[in-house]
Amino acid sequence: MPARKLIASSAIALVSIVLAAIIVVSEEQWVIAAALVGALALSFGIAKTSAGQDFAALLQNSGPWIALLIPAGTLAIGLAFHEEHFALMMLATVLIYSLACIGLNIQFGYAGVINFAGAAFFGVGGYTAAVLGNTGLPSLLILLAGGLVAAAIGCILILPVLRTKGHYAALITIAFVLLFRSFLEVNHTLGGPQGLRVEGATIAGQELFMGIEIGSFEASFYLNYVLLALVLLTIFFLLARFLEKSWIGINLDSVREDPIGAAVFGVNVAYWRIVSFVLGNVLIGIAGATFAMMQNFIAPSNFTFQQSLLMLAIIVLGGIGNLWAVIPAAILVVVVPEKLQAISEYRILVFAILVVLVLRFRPNGLFPRPMRHFRREVGQ
Amino acid sequence: MTKLFEAENVSVRFGGLQALDGLSLEVEEGTIIGLIGPNGSGKTTFFNTVTGLCRTVGGRVLIDGENITGLQPRHIYQRGVSRTFQRSRLCLSLSVFDNVVIGRQNSLDLTLFGNLFRRRRFVESVRENHEQVHALLSTFSEPLAARIFDPLHRLNMIDRRRIEVCRALIANPRLLLLDEPSAGMTPDETHEFMGDILKVRSDHPRMSIIIIEHEMDVIQRVADHVVVLNFGKKVAEGTFDAVVANPWVQEAYLGTS
Repeated sequence: MPARKLIASSAIALVSIVLAAIIVVSEEQWVIAAALVGALALSFGIAKTSAGQDFAALLQNSGPWIALLIPAGTLAIGLAFHEEHFALMMLATVLIYSLACIGLNIQFGYAGVINFAGAAFFGVGGYTAAVLGNTGLPSLLILLAGGLVAAAIGCILILPVLRTKGHYAALITIAFVLLFRSFLEVNHTLGGPQGLRVEGATIAGQELFMGIEIGSFEASFYLNYVLLALVLLTIFFLLARFLEKSWIGINLDSVREDPIGAAVFGVNVAYWRIVSFVLGNVLIGIAGATFAMMQNFIAPSNFTFQQSLLMLAIIVLGGIGNLWAVIPAAILVVVVPEKLQAISEYRILVFAILVVLVLRFRPNGLFPRPMRHFRREVGQ
Repeated sequence: MTKLFEAENVSVRFGGLQALDGLSLEVEEGTIIGLIGPNGSGKTTFFNTVTGLCRTVGGRVLIDGENITGLQPRHIYQRGVSRTFQRSRLCLSLSVFDNVVIGRQNSLDLTLFGNLFRRRRFVESVRENHEQVHALLSTFSEPLAARIFDPLHRLNMIDRRRIEVCRALIANPRLLLLDEPSAGMTPDETHEFMGDILKVRSDHPRMSIIIIEHEMDVIQRVADHVVVLNFGKKVAEGTFDAVVANPWVQEAYLGTS
């Protein structure tokens, strides 16, 4: 790649990180509004200008090293504002939701399996962390268990989903998320409507609710969770990227685009739907367990149908099937409503209008998924 | 000549409609059968039945003596039956390469471990498959082969048809079903595509083909044997000339008095 293109792409990446930092950290309404306008302009720029398209191609087609942009950006923001509790909590929440939405993307974006029960599987992960928290198991194992339990419960749900099509399958997942909340509210061993306390994570002997102190450097304990979520997100982002660019990715796409056509050419449609659903739920469950550990407390009201809709809104707004798009969209959906406090009760209205406008003018999302190709692999 | 494919008394019913009514048909290895008949006579239903998309209410379908009636579509594909569709069923948002390589299910590594963690081997297998797909595309059209990583929606009708045929050919099937390949093409494109079919035949001398087609020129030029359907029944069969001379066929289908 010529130096000029590389410089232009680096500049776009830098501007993106700065805009993300402003939206996550700033408390000034006008600054945030200006950054939002800037972000929208950037999204148009990436879609319409040749420098922007080079940037999108770089993100899509480079080797795995390109995923380092995520830790680079996050660390820059996290370290620069290492004492800001609220900003760091927002940042960690964005990373956790991004992880969950990568899971949803594998289900809905790749295989076309609709899942309105994202919040329920997020909750399964969270409750698993709450229940296992006092057993003395290592925290990383508990996170993994959260993912596995979510996947196991998903295996039960996938059976009726496979037997129905389209809207009916969607309805089943909606029923499940409603059922999940009712189940939690009447189940007293799981804390009922009051919820449960969750043990914070302890990794390599370091308790994450203690902020890091090195000499004069004192960080909010949320920075620990930013780091934990960052490591998880980067790993699973890379794996999801490999998945997309693999024979499995091609199979999942063909199942989504035309299940009948795929079956006639030997694709095992039901198997790939199950695989995508299980993999997605593992990620959503791990994200839920991380979230619960960070919050130290979970209740049924955290895992409502509305939360599921927010997760789906993230992947639809960002661009269905585009892994990179998940992160800016998560910032938009998770952080922006929190930041527009000045207009208090109108903020949800403003946010909803913003979503409608984006979908009106960018029906494929802010950052549509680029087509997969193997030019680099075959040396073209 | 050995018999490759056989349909015995196949019947299919959609509610009150008898779509196929005791249809029997045999295909020898290496021959091209032309399947003609008016709209709604059951031609596509027959293809759907053979490929496992429609359930039969009676009769059997055999390939190489093995009963494949009631098998799932993907299992029938593994036994060497592949097809194209009248309304193309390609994935428009994917590349040409993705659309064709999906047909190589049996030779691709589909394990999670292999795809996620053995990336070097994956890249090698991409190269091998790229070579194969590229070679197959080249037999039809060099310019098309050069567009192997273009999105499918940028291709014109004849190239899309070619991709469908390539996808159907990539796993070297024994029986190829072509469902109205000239549909939606201009006369010039149809003429060009006929040449493609003849080339497929000379490249795969042992493969059998059944082709549904309304363009009589195509049938005349490519088919060794013609079968005429009406109301799900076989009403005539024989060489093209014999079938066209059949007074019933002239009246009911060709519309010449």
